[in-house]
Amino acid sequence: MVATSPAAPAPPGVPAPSPGPVRVAQTWLHRTVWARLAALLALPLTWLVLIYLVPLALLFVTALWSTDSFTGLVVRELTFENYRDIFTEPAFLLTVLRTVVVAATVTVLCALIALPMGFFMSRVASPRWRPLLLALVLTPLWAAYLVKVYAWRTILSPSGPAADVLGWFGLSAPGYGLGAVVLVLTYLWLPYMVLPVHTALSAMPESLVDAAADLGARPWRTFRDVMLPVIWPALVAGSIFTFSLSLGDYITVQLVGGTRQMLGNVVYQNFSVNLPFAAAMATLPVVVMVGYLLAVRRTGALENL
Amino acid sequence: MSRTRLLRMAALGSSVVLLAAACGGSDSGGTDETGAAGGDTPLGGEPYAGPVGDATGTLNVLAWPGYAEDGSTDPAVDWVTPFEEETGCEVNVKVFATSNEAVQLFQTGQYDVVSASGDASLRLVYGELVQPVDTDLVPNYADIFPELKDQPWNTVEGVNYGVPHGRGANLLLYTAAEYPEAPTSWADMWEADSPLVGKVSPYDDAIYIADAAVYLMATQPDLGIENPYSLDQEQFDAAIALLEQQKPLVSEYWGDVVKQGQGLANGTTLQSQGWQLTANLANAEGDVVGTTKPEEGATGWSDTWMIKKDTEVVDCAYKWLDHVVSPEVNAQIAEWFGEAPANQESCALTQNEDHCELFHAEETEYWDDVYYWTTPTEQCLDGRTDTTCVAYDEWVQAWSTLRSG
Repeated sequence: MVATSPAAPAPPGVPAPSPGPVRVAQTWLHRTVWARLAALLALPLTWLVLIYLVPLALLFVTALWSTDSFTGLVVRELTFENYRDIFTEPAFLLTVLRTVVVAATVTVLCALIALPMGFFMSRVASPRWRPLLLALVLTPLWAAYLVKVYAWRTILSPSGPAADVLGWFGLSAPGYGLGAVVLVLTYLWLPYMVLPVHTALSAMPESLVDAAADLGARPWRTFRDVMLPVIWPALVAGSIFTFSLSLGDYITVQLVGGTRQMLGNVVYQNFSVNLPFAAAMATLPVVVMVGYLLAVRRTGALENL
Repeated sequence: MSRTRLLRMAALGSSVVLLAAACGGSDSGGTDETGAAGGDTPLGGEPYAGPVGDATGTLNVLAWPGYAEDGSTDPAVDWVTPFEEETGCEVNVKVFATSNEAVQLFQTGQYDVVSASGDASLRLVYGELVQPVDTDLVPNYADIFPELKDQPWNTVEGVNYGVPHGRGANLLLYTAAEYPEAPTSWADMWEADSPLVGKVSPYDDAIYIADAAVYLMATQPDLGIENPYSLDQEQFDAAIALLEQQKPLVSEYWGDVVKQGQGLANGTTLQSQGWQLTANLANAEGDVVGTTKPEEGATGWSDTWMIKKDTEVVDCAYKWLDHVVSPEVNAQIAEWFGEAPANQESCALTQNEDHCELFHAEETEYWDDVYYWTTPTEQCLDGRTDTTCVAYDEWVQAWSTLRSG
């Protein structure tokens, strides 16, 4: 700052001062493109590499280590034993399958609920109400995750409100289990699906629907051939949230899953005693997610995020 | 200008590091006089030479729920604030739910003292995460029940690694409404023909395999189990088979006491294995949960307060150890958590005069069929040398497999 403050006009007869160090640096940066780029990108790239890529690499490396059976300290020698344990144990494979099925079911349910909701919010409701409806969809996000899950735990308990209401119709409560997990996860992640769907539907020109009607398309045909292609990228974008969030969840399962477990629980059980095994287990959702993202990239939805 | 500031900060940073190193050095220096017999340095280095002087700093405490109450659970239940006022040490408390969690958290190096059960203490010692403790620097150690001192879970090769804190049995918890009289056996939690389908709640931790072993000791003596933490492959497989048999009976495996108490109160669970603390918390509003030690015996705990190897607040740590086993505080903790105190003098100071009687603190025979949590090792703990036993990491993996199926 000191060096760049405007100097007093040089008195006549005195030679012009040589440029200050800041000026020199500015000139050099102006001429040297790579240095400019490096200076600009250094911070975000350091963040990306240190916070995302290095831990991911460490995860994959740790998965190939083992532990000393007594102290639980990590032994840094390469071995594929962890993966062998996972792939030869039907219970673990079953857990992977269960986790993927739960995540997929939650995603489909969220999409099925978000479509009519998004449609109503962006097309049917009077424009005056639309911001309020959007705010209402978002309000659950302001409450803490744990509070919501504990609330569901109370609702779904054998003597809770769900059992009471079902009791009026002569039904018995399903209680805790995978069904409860799907229900609670759908509730938790629904806003992440409604938002992109709502945005896509709001952005869709009204004239498209009118044109379809003019050309004699029935509602279902209009939905399938006109609206769905427009909002498909939004659905896929929303599904990335619902799918990945469900894939990694383990607290909801602990609270309302009854005796059931998902992938995250196995990681949680093992990471203190056998970190490499937990790491190997944790690479599985990463692989599933990478596969999902590769498939999604082809739909063009990633540009819609 | 900015360069000089950078230099100044670097200088400051390095001087802080130097200072920390110097302080660390003075803490561990000059311990030759109190060294352990034999000349070999014990695991985790030499104990603190003392004396325990004026202490300042922040003491990070890692504790079982109910062991380090600072008034946040119940304003009337607070023995952390008096400690802070008395010593000038600031205390942060972090609670954990299982021994695994304790070991994992302690490995981060963020905690100065920990209340370790027997299934964690030896892992901390052999992992060189804790330092030997000179019990002469803990005045209240003298009043601790002799049978809790120098036990395999707090002492290695004659070197003490902490002070005993209290003990208890993992009891059978039952809903009082359903059982006018306490059940006398664990059978309804294990047997295939139990009426409690989907109504029992076991502890969600690998160490629960020992509970299956305890039941097998009573019901299948042919297996020859002497110590539930010392199982050869055949005995271990039998325990796992029993846990598989239990699965249809399970409503949920519990991981925290609030959730467990809730389950018992709302009817999700009719019988559960757990701690007196759960019942005490659930019974704040009327008698909801009853407890009993069934005839087959039970697993249990005998906990030890341990000190981090390179703690910077060793004075605070020693004062904390002395504080929690002082007659008054140990009585408070024992009553709040629902366990037998370690300090003999505590029995005269409990609010409920019968507390020590209720928790059998002074009856040696009561503890004969309580098997304190211990870390299973490959070398059998019951003294067998003709076979190897299933080590703890395999317990964890077996538990994980069982829970995943």
